[in-house]
Formats: sequence, structure tokens, C-alpha cells
Amino acid sequence: MKRHTIAVLVNDQPGVLQRVSGLFGRRGFNIESITVGTSEEAGLSRMVIVTTGDDNTLEQVIKQLYKLIDVIKVIDLSANPMVARELALIKVSAEPAARPEIMGVVETFRAAVVDIGTHSLMVQVVGDTEKIDAMVELMKPYGIRELSRTGVTAMTRGNAK
Amino acid sequence: MVAQNATLRSKEEIKEKLRKPEVITGSEILLRSLVLEDVDCVFGYPGGAVLYIYDAMHGFSDFQHLLTRHEQGAIHAADGYARASGKVGVCIATSGPGATNLVTGIATAYMDSVPLVVITGNVATTLIGTDAFQEADITGITMPITKHSYLVRKAADLPRIIHEAFHIANTGRKGPVLIDIPKDVSAELTMFEPVTEVSIRGYNPTVQPNKLQVDKMIKAIQEAERPIVLAGGGVVYSGGHEELHEFIIKSGIPITTTLLGLGAFPSGEDLWLGMPGMHGTYTANTAIQSSDLLINIGARFDDRVTGKLKGFAPHAKIVHIDIDPAEIGKNVPTDIPIVGDVKTVLQIANKDVKYAAKADAWRAQLLASKQEKPYKYTDSEDELKPQWVIEMLYEESKGEAIVTTDVGQHQMWAAQFYKFNKPRSWVTSGGLGTMGFGFPSAIGAQMANPDRLVISINGDGGMQMCAQELAICAINNIPVKVVIINNQVLGMVRQWQELIYDNRYSHIDLSGSPDFVKLADAYGVKGFRASTKEEARAAWTEAMNHPGPAVVEFVVRKHENVYPMVTQGSTIDQMLMGDAE
Ligand SMILES: Cc1ncc(C[n+]2csc(CCOP(=O)(O)OP(=O)(O)O)c2C)c(N)n1
Repeated sequence: MKRHTIAVLVNDQPGVLQRVSGLFGRRGFNIESITVGTSEEAGLSRMVIVTTGDDNTLEQVIKQLYKLIDVIKVIDLSANPMVARELALIKVSAEPAARPEIMGVVETFRAAVVDIGTHSLMVQVVGDTEKIDAMVELMKPYGIRELSRTGVTAMTRGNAK
Repeated sequence: MVAQNATLRSKEEIKEKLRKPEVITGSEILLRSLVLEDVDCVFGYPGGAVLYIYDAMHGFSDFQHLLTRHEQGAIHAADGYARASGKVGVCIATSGPGATNLVTGIATAYMDSVPLVVITGNVATTLIGTDAFQEADITGITMPITKHSYLVRKAADLPRIIHEAFHIANTGRKGPVLIDIPKDVSAELTMFEPVTEVSIRGYNPTVQPNKLQVDKMIKAIQEAERPIVLAGGGVVYSGGHEELHEFIIKSGIPITTTLLGLGAFPSGEDLWLGMPGMHGTYTANTAIQSSDLLINIGARFDDRVTGKLKGFAPHAKIVHIDIDPAEIGKNVPTDIPIVGDVKTVLQIANKDVKYAAKADAWRAQLLASKQEKPYKYTDSEDELKPQWVIEMLYEESKGEAIVTTDVGQHQMWAAQFYKFNKPRSWVTSGGLGTMGFGFPSAIGAQMANPDRLVISINGDGGMQMCAQELAICAINNIPVKVVIINNQVLGMVRQWQELIYDNRYSHIDLSGSPDFVKLADAYGVKGFRASTKEEARAAWTEAMNHPGPAVVEFVVRKHENVYPMVTQGSTIDQMLMGDAE
């Protein structure tokens, strides 16, 4: 089972997310993460979907997506060198005594503290999925109170199509 | 001829008038747009959310509207109309329960790639999402079973949406498109300007194949010793039956046609091996299994055709021609994929295809097998046999009828014993296997072909799912000849319970069915009953001589089975041949 990252350019129509996610559910395809936002062109949204499966499954995913009238383009990002990023906000328990240690981790990860409470810190981290996973692991011992991850957004590098 | 020209001109005149830009309601836009899309017949059922639309239809005569007795009747009729004509079928239902009553029919059309435009009303836009009276999220409910759908937000969008819907429904891989129109949108006044162009970004079905792939197929044909063509509904839908015929005659490749492909190739010709799959012929199934080249033309390798996938056509190089790229490689790995419109692909292939000379021994072998092992049954002089009834219908109608069927044993016997020579003469629910489809679809088929004989073959079970549409036939004098093969049980279920569940007959007894002759009579339709061969011929003759609709009930042997049969989990050459062997 390989992990694949695909970008789907869709008409910005009501229900289009339902059409896409419904297709995955109905046909037994897996969604590991899905993100949606505006694209470079007005009226079009870009979805980035991380899915797992063998190459045949990926081929079917792409072909089935193309059958949706609102799907303009499907790009298998992971077929080429790509940049994939995810953002996470982690609210971690932080009594004053523990703060320097946490700040140390934050710096090493080039993350940032974006909010400070009396007993907690909110840390923002951006990176690929592995980096976020690692950061979350390191924060666990301090006590994670809340965690919110965006899912992956991605693009191919440079001139690669 | 003069009269025809006059109607043509008047049709154009009507259209010319309707094209004039004008401020009108959403409902009027809908009706005008339908006429401009060449719709001549609509099947529907009114209700609160479509009252403006029905109000606009009051006194409207530019197309015919048939009021069915159930929305399911309306959509199956629209489906039958589309299958028998190649045009888009149209039906209308109200919001909520009206719309949800269409669901089975939408799924039926979706599975068999039938072009429909399904119009539903919805509650006013201001009420959507409030659980208003008779509200249902019909676009949400039908998303998995439509090719596309629209929830219309303003009347000004209607001309474009309707034009797009017809285009999407009847191009590429065909299918049902739903247009959901909120009540306020159907009342809204706006400037109507007809739309004649479509440009839908992201929707460009591939019609022209890759020539290199076609060349590969041509070469493979030259090398093959045991080639076979498996042709499906796609041939009929693309209108490519003549091209298919030319391809088969030029190449000399034996051909088998799926359930939905019946009529795509003349059944009388030597190279036709019959239908493959669960109830297919011995010859077609064994030929597929020993072929070294299988050319699939517009079929989707349904599990009823392939049997156990592992072990299907184990020695064959696979060519797959389909307009829908997603079908290629979905079930069966393909060696030579050809994406394109079947008719176009065959036109190109026919320029180069040559006689498959290495396959002479194979052809002779299959021809012999075909003579040796046709469909068989043991006839009886005491009891009427369903297979005999179908053969009688075939003889009496000289194979010229449009036959629609319901689902069950009678459907398979009709597929086996009525021989089809023309496309669009066979209307049956293949993919979904929808009981209740047979009779209303015949009404649609007859509306599309007023001059042809339409025979609707039903079981006693399925007939009771949409029998109320007899009213439509009576009132509009739609001369469908309704056949009921009455075996007093849910026959196909009985067969499975006998063969696979050890004769444990659970809930298949249809005691308490109405007297079908009286039922017909109650609706004002002529009814006949027959229990012997003599009665059968006599009843049929009378029914045929009767100018209007007629119901003929054939009381047949209860314990008859459909053979051959491939049970689930077996490869298709493992057939139960039945008692006739
Ligand atoms: C709507 C629907 N419900 C149930 C079935 C399952 N089913 C398939 S064949 C069959 C029996 C049909 O019996 P009948 O209409 O009497 O036809 P016969 O098989 O006896 O010819 C049933 C119940 C179905 N195909 N469709």
C-alpha cells in the first residue's frame, strides 16, 4: 500500500466537496487527508487528497474523479518531486517551569509559539507530515490539551508538471 | 409526405416562436427549453413544489405529458422511451416523496447508461435546509446514481442548465442528469434567452481513439488463433451496430453479445454465439474461456458476465474499447486499451482489419459447438412451458417486436428464446435488475415507436410492482401487449433456493395475486388467460387482433429453471446444464 498525494482542480460549486468525498467513500478508496481552498484561478478550488492504495487503485481514483463533471484536472503530485506541507496547532500544558524546555523543542523545529496562557502554550508548526508527527510525539510528555492539523497541501517542485 | 412536411414546418415554426427572448417565469422557461431540446413526450406526476410548472403546462400542447399513476412508472417509462429511441427520456416529479420515488429508476438508468433528464421540484430556496414540508435533499440522495445534477438557484440559470443537462445525458458515457428546481425559481420572472452552445470545462469525452492502439488490435487479430468479440450495450448506445457487423464480417471473428448488447448483432448469423455469462450459452462461455484474444466492445465486464474474475478468459490477450476510460482495467486487466466512441473506433478499425486467417479451425469448432449445444428445454404437452411461450411470441411476431422485460426467470428466457436482429428492440434492466421496470418501460418504448409492436414480458411478481400503469395504456390507448408469465412464485428466487439453498423455499409463494384478467378489465384493458398451447396461440392471436392494449396471462409450469446456469463463485465454463441434458 503506497501513499499518494493528488491535487484535484474543481469548479467552485456547492456540493462539489460532497461529490468528491462521496466518490471515495462509495468506491472504497481511502482518504488520509483532504484539504480544500481557492486556487490561482477565480471560480476554481484546489483539493489536495492524500490516499493509500496500490497503483491500480490510484489509476481508478484518478479515472473516477475525471468522471465528475465539476472536476477540471487531476494531478498525481507524488509522481514527481513535490513540496507537501501541513500546519498544526498544538495547545500544550506548560507551567512556567516547563516552558524553557518546550521553547527549546519549538526552536529546533523552527516552530513558533503563537499564544501563551497561564498554564499552556499554543505552538504552531509547519512541515511535512513526518515533521508534524515528530513534533506531536515530542509534545506528548508535556500533555497535549488540544491538537488541530490542517491536512496536507502540496505542489510539484519547480518546472515539473 | 405533404403532411409530414407540414408537421415539420410547424415544429420549426413553434421553435422559432419559442426562441424569441421574452420575460417569462422559470416554469415557462423549462417548458420552452424542453421543446427546443426536441422533447415530444414527458412522463410525470404533479405536487406542491411543481405546481407552477404544471400550471404552465395547462393547455400547453407543444409536447405531450403523460400522467402516470406512480413516479416509478414515470421514470421507467422515460427510461424505456430513451432505450427504444436513442433520445433523452424526460420525467417530472414533485419534491420530497415524489422525488424519492424516482430513486430506483434513476439508479436503473445509471447502471445501464441510459440518457435521462430528471426534473424534480423542491421547496422554495428560502426553505431549503429547514426540514420544510415535503423537503428532501434529492441532489444529495442521488449523487451516487446520477451522471451529474443541478440544484437551480435562479431562473436565469435555467436555459443554460437545461441545455447542459441534455448534452451531458446523451454524450460520452450516457446517463441520468437531475435538475432540482425550487418552487420560487419556477415562479420567478426573468428574461428568457435560449442557449444553443455548450462549453463545460472539464467535460470532453474522448471520441477519437488513439490510432496506435487500434493498430495494435489489428495486429493482434492477425496473430490470434482463437479470437472472440464480446459486445455490449455500448454498441447500441453509440449507434455502431452496422460498423460492428462490418468488423465481424471482415475479420471473421466469432461474437457473443451481453444481455444489454442483444440486437447489436443479428442473432441469425453463424458467427453469433449467443449471450455469455450466468445464463449464457455453452458455446459463448467455453469460447471466452479458451480464447487467446478477447475484444471487448462497449461492455463493462459485469460479474454476471465474467463469473469468478480470477479465472476469466485465462489465456486471452484483452482488448477493451470503451468511451468511459474508468471502465478500462476496472475489473479485468487490459492489454490493449482503446478509449473512444465505439462507432468511431470501429469505423477506423474497419479500414484496416483483415480476415483472421489463423482462426479457421476455431471458427469451425465453435460453429459445431453451437449446433450441438443450443439453449434447450424439455417441452410438455400437459403443462405450458415458459420457454415455449417465448418461442411462440417470437414466431408470431416474426422477431420484429420491441420486447421489454421485467426481472427474473422470464427475463432470461426472453433473452434466450426471443432472437433479436435489430438494436433498440430489447429493453431490459441489466445492471440494477429492477423488478417493476418491464411494464412501464414498454409504455415509453411504445410512445417512442407508435408504429411498432411492443411486447412487455413480465413475471407475476414484477407485474404487481407497477401494474397501476395499466390506466395510462387504457386512457391514452397505448397498444402495448403485456405478457405475464405466471408461475405463481418469485421464480428466479425459487430457482436459487432450489439449487443453492437446498430446496428451502422461503417466502416465494405468490398466492393471493389478483386475477390478472379481471385486473386488466378493471382498468379497461382487454385481458386473456391461457394454460395450454392451444389456448396460448388463440389468446395471443386475439390480443394481437385487438387494436388497443392487452394483457395476456400465460399460466406456466411452476418448477421450471433457467439453464445453463453458472453459480456464483464459479468460472463461466462451469455451467449447470439442467434437465434437458
Ligand atoms: C425491486 C426488486 N426487488 C427484488 C428483486 C429480487 N428478485 C430478482 S428476480 C425475483 C423474482 C421475480 O419473480 P417474478 O416477477 O414472478 O418473475 P419470475 O422469476 O417468476 O419470472 C426477485 C424477487 C429485484 N430484482 N428487484
